[in-house]
Amino acid sequence: MVEQTDDLILQMRDIGKEFPGVKALQHVSLDVRRGEVHAICGENGAGKSTLMKVLSGVYPHGSYTGDILYNGKVVEFKGIRDSEAAGIVIIHQELALVPRLSLAENIFLGNEQGPKGLVNWHKTRAEAARLLQRVGLNDNPDLTPLDIGVGKQQLVEIAKALSKNVDLLILDEPTAALNDEDSAHLLDLIREFRRQGMTAIIISHKLNEIEAISDRVTIIRDGQTIETLDFHASNDSGGEAVTEDRIIRGMVGRPLDNRFPERQPRIGHEALRLEDWTVHHPIDTERVIVDHANIAVRKGEIVGLAGLMGAGRTEMAMSLFGRSYGSNISGRVYKNGQEITIRNVGDAIRNGIAYTTEDRKALGLNLIQTIRTNISASALGKVSNWLGVVRPGAEEVIAEKYRQDFRIKAPSVESVTGKLSGGNQQKVVLSKWVNTDPDVLILDEPTRGIDIGAKYEIYSIMNQLADQGKAIIVISSELPELIGTCDRIYTVNEGHITGEVPRERATQEELMRYMTMNPTRTQHHHNDTPQITVPAQASAQATTEGNLR
Amino acid sequence: MNALRDSLGRNLRQYGIVAALIIIVLLFQSMTGGRLLDPNNLAALVMQNAYVMILAIGMVAVIVAGHIDLSVGSVVAFIGGLTAIAMNQWGWPVPLAILMALIIGALVGMWQGFWVAYVGIPAFIVTLAGMLIFRGLAIVLVGQTVAPLPSTFNQIGGGSLPNFLGFAGNSDVLTIVIGLIAIAGLAFSQVRARRSLVAHGLSVEAFGLFVAKLAVMAVLIGVVAFWLSLSRGGTPVILVIVGALVLIFTFVLNRTRFGRHVYAVGGNRNAAILSGVNTKRTDFQIFINMGLLAAVAAIATTARAGAGVAAAGQNFELDAIAACFIGGTAVQGGVGKISGAMIGALIMGVLNMGLSILAVDSAWQQTIKGLVLLAAVAIDIVSKRRAALG
Repeated sequence: MVEQTDDLILQMRDIGKEFPGVKALQHVSLDVRRGEVHAICGENGAGKSTLMKVLSGVYPHGSYTGDILYNGKVVEFKGIRDSEAAGIVIIHQELALVPRLSLAENIFLGNEQGPKGLVNWHKTRAEAARLLQRVGLNDNPDLTPLDIGVGKQQLVEIAKALSKNVDLLILDEPTAALNDEDSAHLLDLIREFRRQGMTAIIISHKLNEIEAISDRVTIIRDGQTIETLDFHASNDSGGEAVTEDRIIRGMVGRPLDNRFPERQPRIGHEALRLEDWTVHHPIDTERVIVDHANIAVRKGEIVGLAGLMGAGRTEMAMSLFGRSYGSNISGRVYKNGQEITIRNVGDAIRNGIAYTTEDRKALGLNLIQTIRTNISASALGKVSNWLGVVRPGAEEVIAEKYRQDFRIKAPSVESVTGKLSGGNQQKVVLSKWVNTDPDVLILDEPTRGIDIGAKYEIYSIMNQLADQGKAIIVISSELPELIGTCDRIYTVNEGHITGEVPRERATQEELMRYMTMNPTRTQHHHNDTPQITVPAQASAQATTEGNLR
Repeated sequence: MNALRDSLGRNLRQYGIVAALIIIVLLFQSMTGGRLLDPNNLAALVMQNAYVMILAIGMVAVIVAGHIDLSVGSVVAFIGGLTAIAMNQWGWPVPLAILMALIIGALVGMWQGFWVAYVGIPAFIVTLAGMLIFRGLAIVLVGQTVAPLPSTFNQIGGGSLPNFLGFAGNSDVLTIVIGLIAIAGLAFSQVRARRSLVAHGLSVEAFGLFVAKLAVMAVLIGVVAFWLSLSRGGTPVILVIVGALVLIFTFVLNRTRFGRHVYAVGGNRNAAILSGVNTKRTDFQIFINMGLLAAVAAIATTARAGAGVAAAGQNFELDAIAACFIGGTAVQGGVGKISGAMIGALIMGVLNMGLSILAVDSAWQQTIKGLVLLAAVAIDIVSKRRAALG
């Protein structure tokens, strides 16, 4: 596939890696040309991270089979220090900054500037400032990661990598936690580095970003290399253009005709209405996070909340869900036309409202407990008597039912949830909340970080629930997902509802236009079709987005 | 076969700790020339270590929920002293004094639970303060010792059940009967649980394995009961109390909403809050629970000493915490069993007794116990890491 004349900075040949009972990698080969941005795609568990750990020496030489050629020579890294000395630096998905140390200290952590175990603070600060500037940050190096946003933290990570004289930069899901603006900035930065001659390997689930930035992409499935596609070669020799669908086909091993299951909505009466919902920041109580929002959802309807990160969607949902977020909450909630008061999570559950969090590991599940105990956690009343004694067998029956209905792939309901895949964990979370018999389900990023196959199953479950007459609110950062599943989509910007788009009119461009609309121009009434001139910045973003797709 | 491996794998830690107990017992048995398991020593083992077991029952819940309680030793001295004064100086009848002890225990628990749950001060600090406060109060109240106490009260800690069924050979018949009741109860509950699983169409372990496990446990109980029946007094009163507490609190932790909330809070506090669990109330209740059990331990300790002693209960908190950790309670919370903690307490107790019989210097005894604690937790953490890698 790769021509002989290529100047390859890295060749991984026939890499195999086994864990007890699992072949994580088999005969994986990867060629990276000098100066290119090379993407690696694959579903969760395909072996991407394992491959990068082999490359960076986390799994030392001898624990894997096959050869790594770096700059044409076989290398045998015994640990991260070896690979970093050779100019290979990996930035992991989870940010590894120490929250209370300064940016300068973080950048040179483990690589302290100064002679003989001492620290030269002037040099540390000056060098840090220079590196921060290189990644486009003008912040004071004495600040701490806590003082800056997640987007900037990711840039500090890159500055840290630059401090190690990096030739080959590996980024594992660099934009997973970033909003669109920060993501765009990060991608620009990678382009800039490419211009300066740096080579990068990028692992990402966001195929639009891969399409936008990469020169080539290698697809891994089930621990094996499937193919390497060249974005630039698509026009030659009548070859098929490399598109998102083309990549997905490689990742899942079959053409995916339909990413969203069909549904015939049967929409009934209004189930929940929020009026003038206003929420302030929990600590900075002056700051308005959600501003006089009005939304409604009907029985059997799936309604989307679209917005950029930080727009206030999760905050709106969590403040409604038993005041789990915010302070000075005001506004009215109507359930089936009756005004209700929700003071805590227990009230919300009793009123038939369920909320599945966007962060299922930190907020959704007890990862050291079984599927059974997680599923019954919010509805123990159903399986216990008035004394609070849990009836033997009752939980098992309920959990087993959900395991089969939602096709949770686990040996039994006694499996520990921490060991399940993301998709199956999400199914446990859904089971847990469906088990509270809710009328309204708020699903916050229900498919974040899960496989394409599992996503389809989650969408099917959503459809089933809607068909049962439940009202569903979906919060998602993936616009195609909202367009593919929702009957109606509200757009949110800076805590305001800026638009309401029915399914027929929903396109990414349209949604993006409302999502970035200056909220002060729209009144609190969301029903008027806004006749507005889209702000310059917003229209630029919308176009970019349109191009990416 | 798979089922066997599954069941073994899931319970390996539990079996491992039981195996460790058996090895330690056999080791000392041979080193002491059989004196360790002399019937009278067995009874003494129970009486000497009852306080660790009682405190560990409460401590399991505290640690599982992600807290710690450093004050229980001082609370034992405080409540024990107060109870002794009530009987010795105020002339209260024994039942009234015991009732007061339990109420004071609950109040102490409320006091500490309030600061932990509703003010949000870490339990380490609240109970460190409690350790000083209640030790100080104990010394103020008691001075040094308050004695004598009514002999009926002293029976709780040092006495045995009355032998009203007579002897068969050298055996106390009552002890044998209690052993048989325990075996029958165990078999009944196990069979019932299994039936319920089958009735709901859920998977159960292989029948052979089930019977074998049951048989091993029955034989174990039978042997202990027979051996105890040969001792000077038969069944120690405190053994009955500890047994009842273990049964009650195992049930509470496994089968009640409160128990499930304890594990939910310890496993992921934020997820518990978003699941509608009233985590503050749960924390508060956990400390009331601990306070009550500290009161029971105070009664046992005071009764065994036959006096209220201001210096009683020194290092009890450390013994109870060590028993929990040796018994597999996770330092990070969320995981832990009363049965494990009881075995942990027995390991400590057997070490104490075996080393004492061997006349090992007490300084060395402490050193050895420290090493055992460290080894138990190290094995736990290393095996967990290996499981995570696999």
